[in-house]
Amino acid sequence: MLELIVISTLNGVLFGMLLFLMASGLTVIFSMLGVLNFAHASFYMLGAFFGFQISRWVGFWPALLIAPLLAGAIGAGVERYGLRRVHKNGHVAELLFTFGLAFAIEEIVQIIWGKSPVDFRVPPLLDFPAFTIFSTNYPAFKMFMLAVSIVIFVGLLVVLKKTRIGLIVQAALTHPHMVGHLGHNVGRIFMLVFGVGTALAAVAGVIAGPALVTQSNMAGLLGPILFVVVVVGGLGSLPGAFVASLLIGLVQTFAVSMNGSLAGAFGPLSPDYAATWLSDIWNVTIAQIAPIMPYLLLVLILIFRPMGLLGTRDT
Amino acid sequence: MSQFLKGTAIELRGVEKTFGITSVIRNVDLKVAQGERHALIGPNGAGKSTLFNLISGYMKPSVGQILLRDETISGLPPYQINRRGLSRSFQVTNVFANMTVWENIRCAVLWATGQRYAFWKNIDNLPEVRERTAQILVDISLTARRDVPAGLLTYAEQRALEIGITIAGGADVILLDEPTAGMSHAETERAVALIRRLTEGRTLLIVEHDMSVVFGLADRISVLVYGQIIASGTPEEIRGNKKVKEAYLGEEAA
Amino acid sequence: MSDLASSAAPPLPAAADKLKFYGLWLAVIVALLVLPKLFSSGGSLTTFSLIGISIIFALSYNILLGQTGMLSFGHAVYYGLGGFLAIHAINIVAKNKFAIPLPVIPLIGGLTGLVFAALLGWVSTRRSGTAFAMISLGLAELVASSALILRTFFGGEAGVSANRTKVFRLFDWSFGPQIQIYYLVAAWTLLAVLAMYALTRTPLGRMCNAVRDNPERVQFVGYDPHVIRYLAFCFSGFFAGIAGALAAINFEIANSAYLGAVQSGTVLFATYIGGIGFFIGPIVGAIFVTILSLGLSDLTPVWQLYFGLIFIAVVMYAPGGLTGLLMMHRPLLRAGTLTRVLPSYAVAFVPTLAMITGLMLAIETIVHFTVNPGDDSHIKSFGIPFDAASPYIWAMAAMLIFGGFYLSRKTWTRVAQAWDEALSSARDKGVAA
Repeated sequence: MLELIVISTLNGVLFGMLLFLMASGLTVIFSMLGVLNFAHASFYMLGAFFGFQISRWVGFWPALLIAPLLAGAIGAGVERYGLRRVHKNGHVAELLFTFGLAFAIEEIVQIIWGKSPVDFRVPPLLDFPAFTIFSTNYPAFKMFMLAVSIVIFVGLLVVLKKTRIGLIVQAALTHPHMVGHLGHNVGRIFMLVFGVGTALAAVAGVIAGPALVTQSNMAGLLGPILFVVVVVGGLGSLPGAFVASLLIGLVQTFAVSMNGSLAGAFGPLSPDYAATWLSDIWNVTIAQIAPIMPYLLLVLILIFRPMGLLGTRDT
Repeated sequence: MSQFLKGTAIELRGVEKTFGITSVIRNVDLKVAQGERHALIGPNGAGKSTLFNLISGYMKPSVGQILLRDETISGLPPYQINRRGLSRSFQVTNVFANMTVWENIRCAVLWATGQRYAFWKNIDNLPEVRERTAQILVDISLTARRDVPAGLLTYAEQRALEIGITIAGGADVILLDEPTAGMSHAETERAVALIRRLTEGRTLLIVEHDMSVVFGLADRISVLVYGQIIASGTPEEIRGNKKVKEAYLGEEAA
Repeated sequence: MSDLASSAAPPLPAAADKLKFYGLWLAVIVALLVLPKLFSSGGSLTTFSLIGISIIFALSYNILLGQTGMLSFGHAVYYGLGGFLAIHAINIVAKNKFAIPLPVIPLIGGLTGLVFAALLGWVSTRRSGTAFAMISLGLAELVASSALILRTFFGGEAGVSANRTKVFRLFDWSFGPQIQIYYLVAAWTLLAVLAMYALTRTPLGRMCNAVRDNPERVQFVGYDPHVIRYLAFCFSGFFAGIAGALAAINFEIANSAYLGAVQSGTVLFATYIGGIGFFIGPIVGAIFVTILSLGLSDLTPVWQLYFGLIFIAVVMYAPGGLTGLLMMHRPLLRAGTLTRVLPSYAVAFVPTLAMITGLMLAIETIVHFTVNPGDDSHIKSFGIPFDAASPYIWAMAAMLIFGGFYLSRKTWTRVAQAWDEALSSARDKGVAA
């Protein structure tokens, strides 16, 4: 039991930190540009596939640097030549543009790398158990993932607190309507923010790729959870996104490792109901409903705190 | 709606509003009698628009009570306050930009004529709605611009439409937030005549910067400085008030 | 009504206008009756049925997006649940021999959509804008994932099937042959389109537009925008449920794909490409997208990519959709200045077409090398054979793309100039507002 708790907590925090790598960029982009980037998870996927391809050519470590830069450059290009054009047609058009983009990216990835998972392996340098708790070997690569996300997290904090651009971003987070007064270089700041945000998502992709499955549907699977994170945390709230990321990471990881069900707790259902929908609910295990946990959380939040955990403003 | 009934239209009791640690409205008491034209003046940033937002339900007061005809309305959402007969305009034009002038006014007439959320009535077969909308259209002199989308009107026309939407529901307490801001002299004169005519027999609370408008229109004036009402009285009393001269009129005279 | 006021009001439709209006609907009815006589093959009847279903679905979606300004990423939930309930209804009716004929079943689908929209709508319409969009996405994932857990009701991966001919029969219609399904879909489409059109002409319909334009101001004319959004959401769910039920009747099966993200995305594509600003827009979009998806899937394996690219192009260059593009020309047509724009269109058309051809050539070539790298390089796409390995083809694709791009930029500036001139002279004639 204790073993389960320790391992699940580690995995949950890890998943939460990965989510936050993406949610932070998404939140900052939303606060500054006013658009929720529907294609954000697609850049995570691009990061994973670029990482896979580049590590085949030159190895994992260069890929860890090049893949996010490449994805970030694509992101900056999308902002400069796509979003900025659509901006005059309003936020709905911007959201729809990123929606179309997410669709197109998934198709392109499918065309290039196919529909089945690619063989993105953990680099040999990190392919050993970091430590053993009770009887479980905890892989070193996962510790590496955790370390990378924490380093970036700290780096982000420093940038936010100490640099000029960080101050601008902070101002945008608290007073989004003031962004228009940034002056003539507002376009360059937007492009930079979008590029860095998508590059962060790509970092998450490169480090998650070998540990999870690198496949053309990974954006479609993760995207909705990511949007749940930002809504649950409160749209435009960076601390909210952090709390919600960890919360959803932990909830989902713990749920997966639990096998309890109503049948397990109260005994089997009387055979009269065996063929009805009631038996589906009775026999389903917590592990099986893990995928819908984030969405249940979303509904609860909407009922009790419509603005999100730490959200203050309406869209 | 006869004029000078003894009752009170709007009353504020010890109203305060704070944003974080900044208090914008401090302990404001204000009474506006029914049928009175009351002007609220004060330097920029004094909290006049915030006060309007509090009265109309756009924001909730941090402390204090707001009453409409002796019933508490503070804490109610804007649409319920509107249904009780209080309507406001906005400082920055706030109309339905993609809809025509006709449709703009008609939207403001619907609730007052009891249509509620009806989805079984043809909107063109509602004579009362048609007539009231047409009447307002004539009143604000936008007949010729009836089928133009509101977003394409000139600035002065949009301001007139803003007033039209505000009065269309037939509310008898009207709040106008700087209705003549940004207008030329001639346009201001026309707007004042319009306001005078349309608020006949109703209670009016108006925020205004143009002193000729204020002193020409108002029965009583209140002066708001740094979130506090420093004086309240007839135009003559305000003109003679020393505190007001120091805090406000003095700046203008200098 | 006083004379002054009545002269200020817009004229009520004259008898001639009313006649024109009813005549239009009559013409549509006649066209729907005649259509299967002209195209009687089973394939075209199926296509027509799918178009009808898609029209109802897209129009129901536009109650949200076009009329009330709510962008939903999860509209398929109500379509899918309508479909599942319809299938279960058919099975129950057939098993118990209830006297309920098949044409009534879509109503059950509609009521299902309505009930679920009423349940899920109150929390999701509390907020508008981006938050609403994300919430609709989350709820859609919730329902779609739950469908895979509740296997008894949703039938797991395989879905639930039914036999529509086993239902109680009225006038000896078995609803076995596709032609009978066509008439069933056509009748429901006509009814639903009429009802949704009527909805736009009611006080609620107009307040929906007001909420779309300015939800803040709506609160200050006595209306609660949340209630308006909620009611619009319920109506939208009702009509989506009808569409889903008709789809279930057509295919005699309902599966989890009905509720899924792809279905939600497709209706968004169809509605937006058709144009959300006009009532007829989603109808145009439904026809266009249905035919395109059936046609493209025969021509190229990567038709979905083209689909996405068309959508992006519409969002970027024609936010009013196809209908918006056509309607832009109305003032010019009325003023008779349309002829001034047409030559510049003809000039701009050539390089634009060249660029598009180049892009398609490049895509098809790349697809050949990534999807079937080992195969013979002499491929055929869109019916045209070419050698994907030939450097000439590559050079041609590059030339078409870059040359076409360069020239079309120049020519489209000309179009914009010609357009401005034509529009301003139309304004001088007092046509455009």
